[in-house]
Amino acid sequence: MRADATRGSIAWRVVRAVALLAFAVFFLVPLLSMADFSTRVVGGTGRTAQPWENLVQDPMLRSSIVTSLLLALLTTVLMLVLLTPTMIWVRLRVPAASRLVEFLCLLPLTVPPLVIVVGISNVYAWVSYLLGNSPLTLTFAYVVLVLPYAYRSLDAALGSINVVTLAEAARSLGAGWTTVIVRVVLPNIWPGVTSAAFVAVALVLGEYTFASLLNFETLPYVIGLLGKSDAPTSTAASLAVLVLASLLLVALTFVGRDNRRESRRDKPSRGALT
Amino acid sequence: MARVSRLAPWAGLLPFLVYLLVFLLVPTVTVVVGAFQGGHGFSTENITGLFEATALHTLWNSLVLSVSSAVVGAVLGAFLAYLVVTRPPTSLFRRTVTAVSGVLAQFGGVPLAFAFIATLGFSGVLTEALRSSFGLDIFGSGWLFGLRGLILVYSYFQIPLMVIVFLPALEGVRPQWREAAVNLGASTWQYWTRVAGPLLLPAFLGATLLLFANAFAAYATAALLVTQGNPIVPLLIRAALTSEVVLGRQNFAFALAFEMIVVVGVVMTLYTLLLRRTSRWLR
Repeated sequence: MRADATRGSIAWRVVRAVALLAFAVFFLVPLLSMADFSTRVVGGTGRTAQPWENLVQDPMLRSSIVTSLLLALLTTVLMLVLLTPTMIWVRLRVPAASRLVEFLCLLPLTVPPLVIVVGISNVYAWVSYLLGNSPLTLTFAYVVLVLPYAYRSLDAALGSINVVTLAEAARSLGAGWTTVIVRVVLPNIWPGVTSAAFVAVALVLGEYTFASLLNFETLPYVIGLLGKSDAPTSTAASLAVLVLASLLLVALTFVGRDNRRESRRDKPSRGALT
Repeated sequence: MARVSRLAPWAGLLPFLVYLLVFLLVPTVTVVVGAFQGGHGFSTENITGLFEATALHTLWNSLVLSVSSAVVGAVLGAFLAYLVVTRPPTSLFRRTVTAVSGVLAQFGGVPLAFAFIATLGFSGVLTEALRSSFGLDIFGSGWLFGLRGLILVYSYFQIPLMVIVFLPALEGVRPQWREAAVNLGASTWQYWTRVAGPLLLPAFLGATLLLFANAFAAYATAALLVTQGNPIVPLLIRAALTSEVVLGRQNFAFALAFEMIVVVGVVMTLYTLLLRRTSRWLR
C-alpha cells in the first residue's frame, strides 16, 4: 500500500517527469544537431541536401558502403557456419567442452579489439599473402569480435529447447548427424540464429578499430577520413548509420519477442519430455 | 579402441578451435610475448617504459576517464532503468528506451564523435545557438577534444549500456518481496536499505565494472575526437603503432597492449565473480 502511495505522490511524479525530460534532452540534442548540421548551408542560411546526396554520389563513400555491406554478409555467414554446428555438437556429443567453448567465445570481451589489432599483424601478413590485400579479409577478425554476442544468442536459444532429446528422437528414426543438426536442431533455434545475425551485421557496420589501424576502407573508416575535409557529409553518413542500426535492432526485438512467445508455448511440452 | 571412440567427437570442434587459435590466441600471445622482447630476445625495457612519466600519466588519464564515465553512467543509468522498470513491460515508453539504449550502447564509435562535433564543436549547433542568442561561449578552448570532453561523450554510451545491463537485475526484484517487507512493517527506506539494496548491490557493482572495462578499452570515439596529443592509453597505442614518435621501441605498443589486457582482465574477472553472485537469486 505504502509503495503505491510513494509511487503516486506528486513529488515523485515531478521528479520523474523532470528526470525523463533531462534524459530526453541529453540523448536527443546530439541526434537532432546531427540532422541540423548535415543539412545547413555553411556560412549562409537555408537548407541543403548535398551532404546526403554525397552518400551515394561520392565514389569513395559509395564503394566503402558496398565493402561494409559485403563484410557484414560474409562475417555473418562465416560466424554462423563456424559457431552454430560447433555449439550444437558440444551440447550433443562433447558436453565436457562446453566450459572451454564458452571461455573462448567470451574471451574477446576481456581482450579488447585494440589489443588483437596490435598482435594480429603477423597473422594478417599470412592472410594477405594467401588471399590478397582485400578489405574483405577483415571478415576473419570480425568473426572473432562478434563471437561473444553471437554465442549468447545461440546459447540462449539452445538452452530453451531440449537438444539431446530431439537428437535422440531423430537418431532413433535413422537420421545421421548432419540431418540432426541441419534439419532437426537448426529450425528449432532459428530465432537465436537470426538475432545472432542481426547483432553481427550491426557490429560490423560500426567497426572502426580494425579497419582504421589495418588501413582498410570500410564505411566507418571513410566517414572518419572525410570528417577532416567535409564534416557535414561525415555527419550525414553517421546519422544514416545510426538510423540503419536502430532499424536493425528494432527488427531484432520483434524476432526476440516471437522467440519468447514460442518458448513459452513450448514449456509444458518440454516439462513433459524431461 | 575405446579411447579413440571417446576422443572422436572432439574432432568436430577442430575447425572452431583452429580458427580461434589463429585469430584470437595467436594475436594475444604475440602481444604478451612481444611485451617482454627487445631488439635481442628477452628484455624488460618495454615494461619499464610503462612506468615512465608519460606512460604513467596516460594510464592515470585513462583510469580517470574510465572511473568517472563508469560512475556517471552507472548512477544515471540505474536511475533511468528504475524509471523504465516501474512501467509495464508492454508500454511504448519501455520498449522505446530499451531499443534506443541498445543502439546507443553498441553504436558508440564513429557516429558518436560526429554527433558531439555537430553539437558542441566550434561550429556546432548548440555552440552557435548559444553564441548568437546569449553571447555564451561553451566551446571555450576546445575542452570537448580533451579529457573532460571524452568523459561527457563516453557518458552518452555508458548510460544506455547501464540500462541494458542493469534492467534484468531490476526486473528480477519481485513485487512479492516488497509486499512481504511491508507486511512485516518495513518502511520504504527500510525496504530499500535492508532488502532491495543488498540484493541489487552486486549487480550494480558488477555493471559498474563492466562499464569501466568498456570505457577503458574504447577506441573509435576517442581516436576521431582527439587529434592532438595522446591523452589516454588507446591513443598512445595508436601513436606507438602508426607514428615515428616512439621509434626505436617497436615493441612498446605490445607493452601498452599488455597493460590493457591486465587492467581489463582484472576488472572482467571481478565482474564475472559478482555476476555469479547475482545469478544466485536472479532467475
